[in-house]
Amino acid sequence: MSEKKDTKDRVLSIRDLNISFETSSGIVNAIRGVRLDLFKGETIAIVGESGSGKSVTVKAIMGILSGNGKIDSGSIIYNYHDNKGNECSADLVKMSNKDIRYNFCGKKIAMVFQDPMTSLDPTMTIGKQIMEPMIEHLKLSKQQAKEKTLQMLELVGIDQIDKRFKQYPHQLSGGMRQRVVIAIALSCDPEILICDEPTTALDVTIQAKILELIKDIQVKKNISVIYITHDLGVVAKVADYVAVMYAGVIVEKGNINEIFYEPRHPYTWGLLSSMPQIDTDSTRLFAIAGSPANLLEKVIGDAFAPRNPYALKIDFKQEPPLFDVGGQHRVKSWLCHPNAPVCDMPIDLRRRIDKMLEKEV
Amino acid sequence: MSERLPLLEVVDLKQHFKITKKYTTKAVDGVSFKIYSGETYGLVGESGSGKSTTGRSIIRLYQPTSGTVIFDGVDISKKLNGEQESNLRKNMQMIFQDPMACLNPRKKVSEIIAQGLRINKICKDEKEVMEKVGNILEKVGLSKEHATRFPHQFSGGQRQRIGIARALVMNPKLVIADEAISALDVSIQAQVINLMKDIQQELGTTYLFIAHDLSMVKYISDRIGVMHLGHIVETGTTDEIFKNPIHPYTKSLLSAIPHPNPKVEKGRIAITYDKKAMGVDYTLGINHQVSDTHFVLATQEEYVNWK
Repeated sequence: MSEKKDTKDRVLSIRDLNISFETSSGIVNAIRGVRLDLFKGETIAIVGESGSGKSVTVKAIMGILSGNGKIDSGSIIYNYHDNKGNECSADLVKMSNKDIRYNFCGKKIAMVFQDPMTSLDPTMTIGKQIMEPMIEHLKLSKQQAKEKTLQMLELVGIDQIDKRFKQYPHQLSGGMRQRVVIAIALSCDPEILICDEPTTALDVTIQAKILELIKDIQVKKNISVIYITHDLGVVAKVADYVAVMYAGVIVEKGNINEIFYEPRHPYTWGLLSSMPQIDTDSTRLFAIAGSPANLLEKVIGDAFAPRNPYALKIDFKQEPPLFDVGGQHRVKSWLCHPNAPVCDMPIDLRRRIDKMLEKEV
Repeated sequence: MSERLPLLEVVDLKQHFKITKKYTTKAVDGVSFKIYSGETYGLVGESGSGKSTTGRSIIRLYQPTSGTVIFDGVDISKKLNGEQESNLRKNMQMIFQDPMACLNPRKKVSEIIAQGLRINKICKDEKEVMEKVGNILEKVGLSKEHATRFPHQFSGGQRQRIGIARALVMNPKLVIADEAISALDVSIQAQVINLMKDIQQELGTTYLFIAHDLSMVKYISDRIGVMHLGHIVETGTTDEIFKNPIHPYTKSLLSAIPHPNPKVEKGRIAITYDKKAMGVDYTLGINHQVSDTHFVLATQEEYVNWK
């Protein structure tokens, strides 16, 4: 397995990242040792509830952490090709935010935000907004930029492109606006596309279309995509590789089948169980008890332990390491320790997964 | 079923907004439905379909253009006298979408929840007010100590619980929940849905549940109405809508629900519904009865084709 991994191009590797925020009520340790790899052409999804640190992780990559945030330690190595095609690598943690913004943001690494209405400028036509990064980063002339803009609009599936080019964001529907945001993100041919909850603000009917669009473009341009979401339905649709985050750490990661069909961490069990199902007659939803961990307090042991019905005594004392459970599957739970008592996933979830596996495609 | 008296009856409700002299948005264009006591009616549809406007017209946040709303035997769509008005305010309450925006940040939780009690002079003295506030907080899974805090000290899920407590403290007959869970995390959504169900069982509250997420609506609703562009295109019990959808819009909505199963989801392609291309005009359709409780808005020809 490890040999196979090395043959793939590693685009981004995050190692032992720690980020804290200084707030009026104390220091919040939002990210506590995240380790993650992104390979060329692959899609990785980071899943977790709000406050689990998934957005903060990608903001650190983009160099757009808010003013009170600080990267305490760790590295984010980005391997890229410069204008001449040479292989280069840079540690984004050591670079200043200004340097990242000048060299990578929008050019090599692009981001699609959650709400298309707030990420577009209401006073500029959408054509101008798509042209802007190309003129800035690729030094294209206005005419060249306009031609490419029209191509981009067509690529993201917008009709009547000549008319749309001159329109303002408020004249478009939510789905159309998100398409424009995607066009802006892709205009400079980035190597990495980060999608921060790209469909949460959209209707389910539009959601599917936007996800299909991003996937389509990814295949055409062979780019790597990072999805951030709390919707496991979205994850199931797009991801190759999944990382589940809780309270600033990755508690479980693996490829999509390992996470959905053989989850090992109690938090992942809870997440999967709480997804609403269509083809069931049960009328009650499973809910993970309690509320998310408060990172203002120092976490002792496993942060999920207070909400975890399967918690062992050691969970309250010592933080579990990341156990290798075969394949690409890594789990941060004492339950995977060889000496731990055997603990299977809840019976309802087992039945549900068996039912999912039986389904014909 | 037919012998039961509906708690709320909406007949041909229209809500038009005049944008310019020539242009009027028909947000709700002739909607009729009934909600019986103790049940949950789910209103689903995409954004802009008029589901929130319907809810707001019912609770008199808007003055309806035409149509009648009968609540508990009283027509509440026209001008009301003081007694009817206060009666309505006591018995119909609303839970809003954004728990961050709907709570006054300058007021303590106890003041927010007690406001309705004080205005309507329901309690004899201050002691009774605080007792009621404490009880309702415990019912929604918070504790009495939370009453002295301010909204910003709570997480999103807890704030939504405060919103629910504020609506329920009046002991209303009907609660309109307008996208009450869409701003919350998946694991918290489940908690809030379960809480609302528990309260319904205990107090017999009736809900009008407005949402765009069909998979969540399934868990709480007894009957569902599917709205599109100001019309209810299909209505029926939850089972009928999910197992035997007839209108193509309902089918497209159902097909768009993501499945948390990579095997199925990777290959799933949502059914698209293009009203114009199919030549459907909602104003021409009439309600066709499929079964006792299942209705579809369609012309005779469409109905035969779709079925």
